[in-house]
Amino acid sequence: MNPYRRSPAIILASSLVYLFLYAPIFVLILYSFNASRTNIIFAGFITNFEPRPTLQAGLVTASPCGPFHWFCELSHNREVMSAARNTLTIAVISTIVSTVIGTMAALALQRYEFKLKPFTQVSLYIPIVIPEIVMGIGILTLFSQLFGVLNEALKLQADSRLTLGLGTVIVSHIAFSIPFVTLIVQARLQGFDKSFEEAAMDLGANEWTTFRRVTFPMLLPGILSGCLLAFTLSLDDFVITFFTNGPGSTTLPIYLYGLLRRIITPQVNALSTVWIAIVFVAVLLIQQSQNRKV
Amino acid sequence: MPAEFAVELRDVVKQFVTPEGANLAAVDHVTMQIRNGEFFSMLGSSGCGKTTSLRMIAGFEWPDEGEVIIEGKPMGHTPPYQRNVNMVFQNYALFQHMTVFENVAFGLEMQRAGRKEIITRVGRSLDMVQLKGLDRRRPRQLSGGQQQRVALARALVNLPAVLLLDEPLGALDLKLRKEMQLELKALQQQLGITFIYVTHDQEEALTMSDRIAVMSLGKVRQMGTPQEIYERPSSRFVAEFIGESNFIDGRMVQISKEAAQVHVPALNMELSATPISGDLVAGEDVIVSIRPEKVQITNSINEMPNHMEGTVEKTVYIGSDTHLIIHTGSQNLKVWEQNRVSRIDPHAFYSSGQKIQLVILPENALIMKRE
Ligand SMILES: Nc1ncnc2c1ncn2[C@@H]1O[C@H](COP(=O)(O)OP(=O)(O)OP(=O)(O)O)[C@@H](O)[C@H]1O
Ligand SMILES: [Mg+2]
Repeated sequence: MNPYRRSPAIILASSLVYLFLYAPIFVLILYSFNASRTNIIFAGFITNFEPRPTLQAGLVTASPCGPFHWFCELSHNREVMSAARNTLTIAVISTIVSTVIGTMAALALQRYEFKLKPFTQVSLYIPIVIPEIVMGIGILTLFSQLFGVLNEALKLQADSRLTLGLGTVIVSHIAFSIPFVTLIVQARLQGFDKSFEEAAMDLGANEWTTFRRVTFPMLLPGILSGCLLAFTLSLDDFVITFFTNGPGSTTLPIYLYGLLRRIITPQVNALSTVWIAIVFVAVLLIQQSQNRKV
Repeated sequence: MPAEFAVELRDVVKQFVTPEGANLAAVDHVTMQIRNGEFFSMLGSSGCGKTTSLRMIAGFEWPDEGEVIIEGKPMGHTPPYQRNVNMVFQNYALFQHMTVFENVAFGLEMQRAGRKEIITRVGRSLDMVQLKGLDRRRPRQLSGGQQQRVALARALVNLPAVLLLDEPLGALDLKLRKEMQLELKALQQQLGITFIYVTHDQEEALTMSDRIAVMSLGKVRQMGTPQEIYERPSSRFVAEFIGESNFIDGRMVQISKEAAQVHVPALNMELSATPISGDLVAGEDVIVSIRPEKVQITNSINEMPNHMEGTVEKTVYIGSDTHLIIHTGSQNLKVWEQNRVSRIDPHAFYSSGQKIQLVILPENALIMKRE
């Protein structure tokens, strides 16, 4: 028996927390199955399967996909698919690069002593606590200045001029993910005794082999959760992407925002639902990797 | 020609900068010569520089001054993976993400041994430390004693010239400790590998070692066989650190090569005693050190040298021995007597206030310099 009595107040409080957290998400998911095109009230599910969708007075009554009508529509939407591809490309590349750099930074900060070391910890927190919009403006200013100078100096032709696009989004995502990865790997390193590495060297492993066979596998859970966090951060990011994207590099959040300004069909909800599912799985994986003992 | 010594430290100094910014000599001009095949112990209280010395031999630290020489070769800045020594860490430092087999095989893999050879040698060394059948376990799934054995097997499988052990039994309970002490010693004799063993447990050092270096504050205070260290401690520090002793102030009366007379005011007599340091002169203030178990209680009142009468102040029965405090002259002496006769009979006990006769053989009264 647990010695703590379950107090009704605690049960109530925690239920409320969950309610506030999950009610909007639940509604959002529910509306992605809405038969109503305008999606203002919930008009029930689409129950009939027909080879062609039928529309009656703003209500979808039948669809080849049945209740999953809006998800099917979504998959036929070129713009969505291209935005999804961009989002994934950006997330994968920025995750890999920021995990590598972030991990190396954490290792270096643990190992080497130098004069400015006390400032490095603060400088890791600053990009995290700074308002994202400020970061976004900063990055945009940096890129436009830099590109302006380079385009001038190299006398680049119209079609080869440096502009905002996938590349700039990736670079900015790498930049904001690194501190998160570094902090998470650092946390893992706290419990990491240098005697493991010494033991490996003592047994004949040189520095590289020691890293490959001992340090890296022991840090892997930390590196993995840093990696997954970087991935979800990149998938979600709106503000910084908003400032750094250009033609052809629209990501899902940017696309969604664009849709919202026009009409909110249940397609928007369907897109959000898919997305929530992906992030949810990623978070589960982060949890797992954090709980894993070395 | 094999080198005369397995490991030599020549006037080695290692300093650390403390967080307060001061320089601390963790190892302060240490010179040691460890012979091939020897079981050598470094003994000292916490912080005296034992681990630091060992780490310099392993190559994890480099001396600021002096030299570490392994098998006749000055090591300089040779990295740990190029030294023919292996270490058993105090916390074992077993690789948690590998099985017992993989842990033990690690060193052989680094030497690029073949698969077959690895399997036979790992098997043999797991047998040696009695861990047969546990090779697929992870370190976390083993008891402390078993982990200790894995650490030992992992180091020994490489057949190093020298095995370094940093308080390897520190985390084990007393019974297991005693068992492992015997096993370690047997293993060392069987393999003929030089062991350098760090401990702060004096009994462990005495029972296992061929030679012991007693250390304090980064310096070697005395180096010698267990008998030399215990029977002829060179200073009050060593006599106090290893075992117990009575220390009584005195003044040299007369000294020859082997025998000497010391006037001891507290006992109101002249003691015949053995000088430890060579440079004592008559008239010098000295200390006489007498181990409690070396004081004999006699019945005969015949005229022997160093014979005195005392009164029993206190007795403590501790099973194998009886510890007495005996007042003689103006001095309280610790005297330990073995319970050779059964003490179940209360009359066989000494009682407080009882008068008894004591004799101290001249060879057991050691004259030391006053520090
Ligand atoms: N890396 C280091 N930086 C600063 N000081 C150190 C370092 N390593 C050891 N010292 C200091 O050097 C001294 C000797 O340390 P060492 O670890 O050799 O002691 P030890 O004899 O092994 O003690 P113990 O029995 O407690 O293990 C201690 O005062 C310790 O604080
Ligand atoms: Mg130590």
